[in-house]
Amino acid sequence: MERIYLDHNATTPVRQEVRDKMLPFYGELFGNPSSAHSFGQEVKVPLEEARQRIAGQLGASTAQIVFTSGGTESDNYAIKGVAFAAEKGHIITALTEHPAVLQTVSWLAKKGFDATYLEVDSKGLVDPDDLRKALRPDTILVSIMHVNNEVGTIQPIEELGAITREAGVYFHTDAVQSFGKLPTNVDELNVDLLSVAAHKIYGPKGVGALYIRKGTRIDPLIIGGAQEKRRRSGTENIAGIVGFGEAIVLAEAEREEVYERLTLLRQKLVQGIGERIPEVVINGDPERNFPSTVSASVSHVEGESLLLSLDMEGIAVSTGSACSSGSLEPSHVLVAMGIDTVLAQGTLRFSMGRGTTQAEIGYLLDVFPPIVERLRKMSPLSASKAC
Amino acid sequence: MSSMYSEKVMDHFRNPRNVGEIEDADGVGEVGNASCGDIMKIYLKVKDNVIEDVKFQTFGCGSAIATSSMVTEMVMGKTLEEAEAVTNKAVAEALDGLPPTKMHCSNLAADALHDAIKNYREKHGK
Ligand SMILES: Cc1ncc(COP(=O)(O)O)c(C=O)c1O
Ligand code: FES
Repeated sequence: MERIYLDHNATTPVRQEVRDKMLPFYGELFGNPSSAHSFGQEVKVPLEEARQRIAGQLGASTAQIVFTSGGTESDNYAIKGVAFAAEKGHIITALTEHPAVLQTVSWLAKKGFDATYLEVDSKGLVDPDDLRKALRPDTILVSIMHVNNEVGTIQPIEELGAITREAGVYFHTDAVQSFGKLPTNVDELNVDLLSVAAHKIYGPKGVGALYIRKGTRIDPLIIGGAQEKRRRSGTENIAGIVGFGEAIVLAEAEREEVYERLTLLRQKLVQGIGERIPEVVINGDPERNFPSTVSASVSHVEGESLLLSLDMEGIAVSTGSACSSGSLEPSHVLVAMGIDTVLAQGTLRFSMGRGTTQAEIGYLLDVFPPIVERLRKMSPLSASKAC
Repeated sequence: MSSMYSEKVMDHFRNPRNVGEIEDADGVGEVGNASCGDIMKIYLKVKDNVIEDVKFQTFGCGSAIATSSMVTEMVMGKTLEEAEAVTNKAVAEALDGLPPTKMHCSNLAADALHDAIKNYREKHGK
């Protein structure tokens, strides 16, 4: 059975072209770029080329790009780095952030920093006025994500960034879900810090980067041998970084075309679910949603049982977010959006990618309704028998 | 297919035994909370102290459905005392184990059964 992968927000397969570029660095090009001899020097060039590519995509200069071990490290570095440099102060974030941001902020709050968690509306959007009201003289950082990983809502980063800049406060955005998929020019977005990761754009896992605007007061998170101009010590993951550089160029080249294809796929999926399954709510903002993602809450059934049933049909999806499967809490994102907690338990996330086809979505729409019907028949929740 | 669950769990999830409602049940038990992601309901038909029929309805994850199914299979045709002796642990073991994060579900299945037996005893003064 051909399996269908609809979990691209969790991770993506490494593209063949990316793998081909990486392999020499697991072979003859094994040098350490800090070494003065030829083995070291010959890997320095590809390292800096990759940096140029990431910087180019962001409209930044190479000196502002620090490679990390991925999205989580970039988020930790941005937030803890600014907090450690400021030593005290107030941090603003939103309730729907990725745990890499939320947990970092709440950890800092336990260490004596102040934290404000902005609420969102039913579509997952932060109200710029709420941010204005939350800013204080001692605010040191605002961290709001670009595209939400669970529902796909696109935050108005340009506006939130402008408000924050006016107050003279640093702005960080977690752009892990938008890099290579939407424009992410750091000057247009009005951001000072921006986190990205390779594995969401058909690059390798365990590689990411943090953009740091020139002049930003930030301490390093990882100290040691002074790599990355002292900002991130540790011998560079050259193969991964080179793969990241290749992945972003390939993603940018087809970005608009993929966006259009995803828009049509999303329409088909949302419309098909609406026509074939009663009592399903599509979460997010119909006007400001990244089109790869469909978050659907199915009444009277629980998400994991839907996920397992689809997996048996060869279709891979996720409930809420990968991090919360195995937990009994409903997704913090859906709760913040005010979705009924029982309905939130029945939520699936379909996340499509560059390879997703109309035929795959057609197959999903054929097998999904009977699965829902079967589980609803098993469910003790009222009205289930009507379906 | 690789799965976080044992073959037995997947079998009971795929083909759950004794699903449904018993209209004129002698005892009904319910545990769980839908906003926590699980509700289990167990219906009993009892004759001469023996469980003649048992059915379940479950709102919950794969292991919640599998444990409900398993517990009904374990007590069908058993005396009430035998059914009362079925523990959460026994249900999990009969399924060749559950992932640690899911142990909570098996607790629910045996609890729902015991709740149904209690309901029967209350209604019938036994
Ligand atoms: C929005 C967002 N931020 C951060 C991360 C963490 O990135 P990584 O897995 O590369 O550490 C992810 C994905 O896992 C994400 O979706
Ligand atoms: S429904 Fe309780 S963990 Fe499965």
